[in-house]
Amino acid sequence: MKVVLRTPEREERELKGPKRVRQVLEELGIVPEGVIVARGEELLTLDDEVTDGDTIEVISAVSGGRA
Amino acid sequence: MKCRVCGKKAAVEVRRQGQAFCSEHYLEWFERQVERAIRRHRMLNEHDRVLVAVSGGKDSIALWEVLHRLGYATTGLHIQLGIDAYSQRALKATRAYAQNRGLPLIVVDLKEAYRLAIPELAELTRRRACSVCGLTKRYVMNRVAVEEGFDVVATGHNLDDEASVLLGNVLHWQTDALVRQGPVLPAKTKLAKRVKPLYLLTEREILAYTLLRRLPYQHEECPFAAGAKSLLYKEALNKLESAMPGTKQAFLEQYLKKIEPILKEGLPAGEIELKACERCGYPTTGEVCAFCKTWDHAYRWARKRAVLPDETRFEPKPALAFYAKTAADGG
Ligand code: SF4
Ligand SMILES: [Zn+2]
Ligand SMILES: [Zn+2]
Repeated sequence: MKVVLRTPEREERELKGPKRVRQVLEELGIVPEGVIVARGEELLTLDDEVTDGDTIEVISAVSGGRA
Repeated sequence: MKCRVCGKKAAVEVRRQGQAFCSEHYLEWFERQVERAIRRHRMLNEHDRVLVAVSGGKDSIALWEVLHRLGYATTGLHIQLGIDAYSQRALKATRAYAQNRGLPLIVVDLKEAYRLAIPELAELTRRRACSVCGLTKRYVMNRVAVEEGFDVVATGHNLDDEASVLLGNVLHWQTDALVRQGPVLPAKTKLAKRVKPLYLLTEREILAYTLLRRLPYQHEECPFAAGAKSLLYKEALNKLESAMPGTKQAFLEQYLKKIEPILKEGLPAGEIELKACERCGYPTTGEVCAFCKTWDHAYRWARKRAVLPDETRFEPKPALAFYAKTAADGG
């Protein structure tokens, strides 16, 4: 599967499926609380399974610097 | 995982409440949370004219959308900071949203209003960009609200913002800052009321809302945010939250409920008296307010370095001509 990271810089990774979203994040070392995972327009929960043909996006929710 | 309302496949999990929702019921849940916070703290009255501070990021756009949907009379205020392409794209997202919804937007362009943008201001004063930026935004926001007759300013501060500020203040025991953490700052003479309707929603929940509503927003981070301590605190809190859902909310809410009242009690009777700034007339604890001091300082250096002509003097009031008002029809 293709994983597009927007954290927030764009990066691409290839991972072997099938896997649960929770596992994908674990393998990439990403803390689940800081991101939303989407497949196209559909938002995924940590329990959802993604497979080899899928392209998913990991979008960072953390913004900062505000004084 | 199933939606707790209709049983369909869930799109968003709210782990701190042990719940999950399909997209439709998530949007409903989210808007209800904001509505409840507004009512509980009496943030807004039905007929208030609300000025929404809109950076163009997900939080402020989501805030504007919810307030608009709840039926409040809102006007956006975007402060153009002049931080290169980042600021341009922020304005573009803000305009796109306002036009799409037919909502009025006031834009204050710092470079046009005050002749200097944030990067130059930081450079000339030798201060961190975020510090002069925060100061300037707060001042302009308040001044526009007071002069244009708004009842209240709403900002997009979320649970992560508030919890990370609290963590920073606690780590350094900044007691004076600690007593200014609430979701409502009441109005005073020439100080508009300020409210944070999203203060109990996490960044992740707000991002989910923005995506599901397909709202345009600025994805990029400000280049000056890199390395900010607030990001480190947020990351640490998110690690705790992932292992112990509900941590951020408990940390902030219990603080506001139990500790802040005690801290306030320990302060000397009566609040610090506010005077009118000698330069601009807006409230300050000293003779000249921090905003005027900072900008006067920048102007001195700008004249010395011939960045600005010799005779230029800093004028704290942003000329009204620099407010670009966009109406519903885009006119
Ligand atoms: S990160 Fe700092 S400089 Fe950038 S917009 Fe936020 S406060 Fe201003
Ligand atoms: Zn549902
Ligand atoms: Zn002043």
